[in-house]
Amino acid sequence: MEFLSEYVFSVFFVETLLNGLLYGGVLALLSLGLNLIFGVIDVVWICYAELVMLGMYTIYFMHVFYGLPLIPAALIAVLVVAVLGVVLHKVVINHVLGKAPINQLLATGGVLFFLQSIATLFFGVEFLSLGVSLGSFQLSEDIYMSTSQFVAFLVAAGAVVAMYLFLSRSYMGAAIRAISQDRDIMILMGVDANRLYGITSAIGGGLAGLAACLLSLQFDVHPFVGISFGPIVFMICVMGGLGNMVGGFLAAFVFAELIAIGGYFADLEWGTVLAFCVFVITMFIRPEGLFARKS
Amino acid sequence: MLEIKGVTAGYGDFTALFNADIEVKAGEAVAVIGPNGAGKSTLMRAISGMIPLKGGAVTMEGQDTRSIPPHKIVELGIAHVPENRRLFPRMSVEENLRVGCYAPPFRAKFSERLEFVYELFPRMKERRDQLAGTMSGGEQQMCAIGRALMSDPKILLMDEPSAGLAPVIVQQVFDLIRRIRSDGLTVLIVEQNVQQVLKVVDRAYLLEAGSIRHSGSSEELLGSEDIRKAYIGV
Amino acid sequence: MILAAAALVAVPFIGVPPYWLHIMIVILIWSFAYTGWSVMGRFGLVSLGHGAFMGIGAYGTALLWNHAGLTPWIGIPISLLLAAAFALLIGYPCFKYRIIGHYFALVTLALSVIIGQVIVATRDHTGGSLGYTPEPHGGEGFSIYALQFPEKAHFYLIALGAWVIGLIIWRAVDRSMARYALEAISEDEDASAAVGVQVTKEKLKITVLSAVMTAFAGAMYCQYQLFVSPDTVAGVGISLQIVFAVVAGGIYTQFGPTVGAIITIVLAEVLRINIGELEHLLGFRPFGLDNTIYGIMLVLFIIFLPKGVLGTFLEKYLRPAKA
Repeated sequence: MEFLSEYVFSVFFVETLLNGLLYGGVLALLSLGLNLIFGVIDVVWICYAELVMLGMYTIYFMHVFYGLPLIPAALIAVLVVAVLGVVLHKVVINHVLGKAPINQLLATGGVLFFLQSIATLFFGVEFLSLGVSLGSFQLSEDIYMSTSQFVAFLVAAGAVVAMYLFLSRSYMGAAIRAISQDRDIMILMGVDANRLYGITSAIGGGLAGLAACLLSLQFDVHPFVGISFGPIVFMICVMGGLGNMVGGFLAAFVFAELIAIGGYFADLEWGTVLAFCVFVITMFIRPEGLFARKS
Repeated sequence: MLEIKGVTAGYGDFTALFNADIEVKAGEAVAVIGPNGAGKSTLMRAISGMIPLKGGAVTMEGQDTRSIPPHKIVELGIAHVPENRRLFPRMSVEENLRVGCYAPPFRAKFSERLEFVYELFPRMKERRDQLAGTMSGGEQQMCAIGRALMSDPKILLMDEPSAGLAPVIVQQVFDLIRRIRSDGLTVLIVEQNVQQVLKVVDRAYLLEAGSIRHSGSSEELLGSEDIRKAYIGV
Repeated sequence: MILAAAALVAVPFIGVPPYWLHIMIVILIWSFAYTGWSVMGRFGLVSLGHGAFMGIGAYGTALLWNHAGLTPWIGIPISLLLAAAFALLIGYPCFKYRIIGHYFALVTLALSVIIGQVIVATRDHTGGSLGYTPEPHGGEGFSIYALQFPEKAHFYLIALGAWVIGLIIWRAVDRSMARYALEAISEDEDASAAVGVQVTKEKLKITVLSAVMTAFAGAMYCQYQLFVSPDTVAGVGISLQIVFAVVAGGIYTQFGPTVGAIITIVLAEVLRINIGELEHLLGFRPFGLDNTIYGIMLVLFIIFLPKGVLGTFLEKYLRPAKA
């Protein structure tokens, strides 16, 4: 009883849960991008988090170095990573399409190495902060929420909704869904498959760029920042079913809450360990992913 | 309208079609018959751009298909209903039809064409939100044909429309083809079901082991002893 | 062949300078680790998490020695068992439920990250990111009980022995029925199961073997360098480095992983030595240049030389003669 009142019903715990929810929003955005790429092109961008990292550097430089206001800086970051996505596809992915998974994994793994090290070379290992503080606002008596986290959540949620509408209502969205189900006949529909892959890569990159901007509000950037959330995003996608965008979306929140709860009771790293243990258990129970459809 | 001259095509090092010469005039219905593995599907794919030509040329209303990127061939008015239907299984009927209208020049006429297709296939209208993968073979064939019609084509290529379907459904399919023809659409059909298809088309070519062996009107072919023995009555 | 073997054994005794001995020892240890990975990797079971096993081997041994006073003679086997346990824990659900390819790689990737995180999280015991040192035993540091051999010559022979054993294991797998079973599995799991191959069991066996070998390499590394840190033995970087080295060397060949080790170690050393000049040239300290090059090379190798240096070489020059 004491435990409950002291821990569970404490305001701090509620705040933690809320924070988890907000973090979940950004993770959901990231898993959306990864799932899109995998669902459509059938490749896992192992270096996805590193693309985010470069996006974070972009917004940092645009805002802190060149003094651009936040919104234009963010837009540039999104564009830059979108372009990076296309470049990644054309330069690397294209050559390993249809080859064994190991080749694809290693190719993107190599890019991961490369991006981390390029960042180290050019930007050094210091932690760089965007230096933006939006403060917090009061939700109720005793419960405060960080504004930047709330903003991040709203933007992420908005982006997810926008993607959903795009995929279900537009021609291009329909084509993107179609190509993942039957690539070969897309040519009969008047679709240039390569171009569509390029567009998908751009969208995937753009989502990463957007996530980068949101993450910069709360976290500093350094070359290895990808390690703190990259593997988590992978686990989320696997747990939700690789390629399953709805599944990934839900799994993202589950994961975020687990990390928050773990971090509440102990050091932050234990949060990730807790999440991983749950992940392993899910693998035992339902390995295709909690929400996967049998394909 | 459609001219195939000396077309050679295949897959990788393997050539399945040698020097094919075929002609389809506007308003005609032409069939290509022949045994399994003769190269009939290869012919269709070479025309619609799914596979590249190793030799020869395909000309549609005077336009050489090699001069444009393959995914633009559909914009010339050539619509291909692929072998085995090839619908997008996890998309609804209407979404499948929509993808058929993807190319920018077609989009403006989407609602018009949708109405046309639904009028032709009332059952598709009933099932417009149903996932294509959950439909029966016959319904899928209807949907596949409908999807090809969404681009308001000038010529419809049909690859083995009767494959894998029950006889009753096959009958329906060929009735449908007759109806499409009567609307004025030009049709090129590749079929194994020789008896049925010859009743629907004006002319036919016989394709064997990658080469055109024979051609003539339906009556001629129906009358030919060799053809009868080899293909009809099987 | 015998000549080469004799030459290798004689190396420490013919006055090779300590620096080269050190390099060779490092190459041998990593070769063993890479060979351990390739035992699995060659059958399409691509693990991006072998850094975890190496970390378990290294940290396990060190921690048991420092905190529990357990001699590495016991500590190492315990660490190996621990590594095997993890391999089973992750492998069993994966294999039983047919998690392969991308899924499997991602799960193993997560594993290596988690082990890295646990090491950092338990910083009070493990020193976290700063690293950890097994305590020296006895006077001059030489101790069979503690498996500490400050004389490079001694360790060289141990490492050489281990390397040879690694190659023997590789050969043994290559010649075994398991090899054919696993190749069949990698081609078509369902068909293999249909002809009676016990898919899960075979995969688990090879995974455990691979994990144990890599863990042992970790333990060796710990005993040699007498210093471990998450970046040098565990984590994602190591996992990727292992995969890169094997791919670059030749994933389907016996000596491929060794060639890969030579490539990676030499590259790292060349860069480390010339870092002063490079700094001069570039105008800033090029941290991370070695990883940049790894990254580019990995991508290039995968696209143009998927069979690795040795593999491609063997194919070009030896196969035609055989035919």
